[in-house]
Order: sequence, then C-alpha cells, then structure tokens
Amino acid sequence: MSRPGRRLFLSPLPWVAASFFALLFGMPALSPLFRLAFPAVRPAVFDRASFFSLWLSHLGIVATATSMATLLGVSLAVLATRPAGRDFRSIVNALATIGQTFPPAAVLALAVPALGFGPRPTIVALFLYGLLPIIENAIAGLENVPAAVRDAASGMGLSAWQRLTAVELPLAAPAILAGVRVSVTIAIGTATIGSTVGALTLGTPIFDGLAGNKLPYVIEGAVPAALFAILADMIFARLEARLRSVPPVTHN
Amino acid sequence: MIEIEQVSKAYDGRFVVDDVTLAIPDGMFCVLLGPSGSGKSTILRMINRLVAFDAGRIRVGGKDVRSVPPEALRRRIGYAIQSVGLFPHWRVEDNIATVPRLLKWPRSRVRDRVTELLELLRLDPAIFRDKYPHQLSGGEQQRVGVARALAADPDVLLMDEPFAAVDPPTRAALQSELLRIQQATRKTIVFVTHDIEEALLLAGGIAILDRGRLVQWGAPLQILERPANAFVAEFVGGTAGGLRLLALHRVADRLRPGEPADGEPVAADASLRDALAAMIARHAERLPVVDGAGRPLGAIALADLVR
Repeated sequence: MSRPGRRLFLSPLPWVAASFFALLFGMPALSPLFRLAFPAVRPAVFDRASFFSLWLSHLGIVATATSMATLLGVSLAVLATRPAGRDFRSIVNALATIGQTFPPAAVLALAVPALGFGPRPTIVALFLYGLLPIIENAIAGLENVPAAVRDAASGMGLSAWQRLTAVELPLAAPAILAGVRVSVTIAIGTATIGSTVGALTLGTPIFDGLAGNKLPYVIEGAVPAALFAILADMIFARLEARLRSVPPVTHN
Repeated sequence: MIEIEQVSKAYDGRFVVDDVTLAIPDGMFCVLLGPSGSGKSTILRMINRLVAFDAGRIRVGGKDVRSVPPEALRRRIGYAIQSVGLFPHWRVEDNIATVPRLLKWPRSRVRDRVTELLELLRLDPAIFRDKYPHQLSGGEQQRVGVARALAADPDVLLMDEPFAAVDPPTRAALQSELLRIQQATRKTIVFVTHDIEEALLLAGGIAILDRGRLVQWGAPLQILERPANAFVAEFVGGTAGGLRLLALHRVADRLRPGEPADGEPVAADASLRDALAAMIARHAERLPVVDGAGRPLGAIALADLVR
C-alpha cells in the first residue's frame, strides 16, 4: 500500500538527515551533557557562531567549489573526448593529477597571500582538489557511449552540438554524477581545514578546540562534519541510482 | 538516382575504395555485396558523408552531396545499421521521431507519423510507443531502427547489414517486411551485406565488391549466370550456385502447359528450388502445376529444372 513510504522509513537516509539537523539545531541543548563530561571547559558548547550558520557557510564553500570544478571538469572532458581533442587529453589528465597531488593545506598556504583570509583560498583548494575525479569520470562516461549510438546520431543528421547535448551528455550523466559525488564528499571533509585560514565551516569549532585545548569543541565540530559528508554521499548515491535506472524522458 | 562517379578513398596509401562508379536508379533495391574489407560499408557511408572521399563525385537526386551541409543531407537520407544504435535514454516514440523533430515538424504530425510507422513495422503503437530500447527484443529493436530510418519519409534509405545480428527466423521476417515496404513505397535502398542469400532475396541490383573495387554490377540472375570473374563465381556460386539459380526462376518459366501429372501440385509462382525440394520430398519426377486460385495449368518435370 504505502510501499514507497515504507522504503523511505527503512532506508538510512532520513535517519541520518534527521540526526544531522537535530544535532545542528540542538547542540546548545546538549550543553549539560558536555559540562558533565568536560567540567573544565566553559562554555561547554562552542558559541562563537551558531552551528547552522557554520553549516550554511560550509555548504556554500563546498557548493561553489564543486560547481566550478564540475563546470570546468565536464568541459575539459568534453574537449578531451572530441576527435580534435585527443592530444589534449594527456595534458588534461596531467593537470588534474597535479591538482590532486598538491596537498590542500599547501594550496591554502599558497593562496592566502594572493586571496587573503576568508573562504576564497579554501574554495580554490577544494576546486583544484575536486577536479580530478570529475574529469576522470566524465571522460569515462563520454567514452562509454556506444559507438553505434554515436554513429546513428551522426547518420541521422544531429549536429555535433546536438549529439553532445541530446545523446552523449545524458548517457554520461550517471558517470559524471558519480565523479561529482566523490568530489563533494572529499570537499566536505577537506573544507574543515579551511577554518585555519578564516573560512567559517564545521571545522571552526574543531580548530578552536585544538588551539584552546577544548576537546568538546573538537567533538562538536567533527561529528556534524562527518554526518554532513555521509548525508551528502547518500543523497548523491540516490540521485545516481535514479539516473541509472530510469532513463529520463526527453521531449522536444 | 544515386550516382557514384570514380570515387576513391585511401587510408595510409592503401585504397579501401578504388575508383568505383555506380548509378543506382530511383526505386531500386541495390545490394552492395562483398566479403569484409571489400569497401561496401565505406561506400555506403560516403553517400551520407559519414566518410569523406578523396576523389570522385557522389550525387543524390542530381545534387552533389558535397554541395549541402552534411546534417541537412543526412536528415533526408534514412540510415539503419547492424547494431541499431537506438538511443537508450529515449522511448521508442522519441527514437522514431528523431529526424522529424530535427526538421521541426509540428507535434501532432510527428505523433501521427510514429503511429503510422509502428503499424507499418507491425509493432502495436499502444504497446511499443512508450517502451525503452532495453525493453525490446533484438528483432523489435531492429524494427524500431528501420522505422526511425523511414521516419521523415526519405527518398533514399541506407542500410548497413541491418539484419546481421538477429536470429535467422527474425531475419527472414524482417527481410520480407522490408521487401514489402520497399515494394509499397518504391524507395531507393542501398543495402550492405556479406550474405549472398540475403542479397539474392532482396536485390533488384547487386554490386559485387572486392578489395575496394566494383567487380560486377547487375541483376541477381545475371550475376549468377554470367559471373564477371572467378572471384564473383566463387563468392556468389560456390558449390550451391546451381541451387541459387533455381531459386531465381519461377515454375511458370518452365511449365509444360496442359500436360497431366499426379500428386500434390506446386504453385506456378513458386521457385524452381521449391519445386525441386517438393520432388525430392515426394520421390516424384513430375508434379502438377496450379495457379494462385488452385486451377490446374500443366506439369513440370525434373528434366525441366536442368534445361
């Protein structure tokens, strides 16, 4: 009868989401608990900013960096998979790999003099770091479009652009999304270290706690940050599964 | 009319199509026949410019194919291939409607055309319109592929081994379906195959290719009876050449009018191969012949088959 509702009830996603938001809004209410465990720390709950505003800022940084990485990564993948772009491909891969090899902390340190304190160095670091999985998955997805499908599309008179937008990208979408998912998950975790250069994230309480030897702050930042990453991964997994199972209906 | 004039194409100095000249009249079912590597698919793909040619000229309907943008050219030439290449993320209806939508036909006309084509290919529109390609059998997919090629009512249809990947009974059904459609619509069809039986069954004209060269061009009977060289004789005939020849003649051609015979009759429009098969099966050297309505016409004897 209410099978979809039941499935939702049984899946972990709503539970993780509920715990995450409960924690985000209800952290001050846990104050007595933390006071009991860590009597020396005053105040027991991090209070320089609300956890919700920390999360919003965290989300904004990750979303900005990943959107930029997706836009550039997919564009580069498209270029690298065109007949004229074959030579270009090794360069794209090399650049992306360098971006990935560079430790985010080093990128942050180098970006601060140029961009100043605040969210911008973090966005740059996450953007560079997230590029590789997106490019690799997008190239794989575009190359996996069956040759017969491409041949039929050309043979029927689709222009190169129409073939790309109506056939290749929709068919590569699940793979592209898988790359974005990896990138987002990495970015959520890595964004926390942005707090060391002035970005407001769920990492802010962690580094405050580490600097001031206040263990509860570390826990108060780390647990929601972890839940956030898990939640995002689950949401993307669900989107990906939907994209793979039901082909989208395309009309003119 | 498709005119291919002195067309050549080389990859790394090796000719895959070597000075081919071929004129296919309007309404003809033309089969390009040859072993793999003979250049037959390449020639087909030159007609809609999926492959560029180095030398020569190709005209479709009197117009040089290089005088129009490739997309515009391809939208007025139907195209069907062995692996079908249906768009997996589009429903059957969207797949068939590809070219009409590219040509910006009004919505209702597209829908009517899809219905018409599904019925033409004997797929119930109510059942198949909204299915996705992965929900179809191989034969059904190929039917949709043919419907998609026919969608914008092109004068010319290019088919690259369209039935090679389906099982024999399905292939036979698709072949007779295609013959029926071709006879009803009088489209010019260029059909690539390496299967001589398929070529003999479908073709009005057969072009035989060997290593990029056109070695013979003619009606099936002509090719079987007067092969241009040893390659053609071996390729189309082999040891079964005589039987294939029998398949191209009707019983009516060798009829002994008015003569009597006993036993189960054969139809006058059956092939001589069918008659031979019937004689062998019934251990009879003479069979009565009847017309389509079952009226006796005469007889045919074993000796008439080898005449």
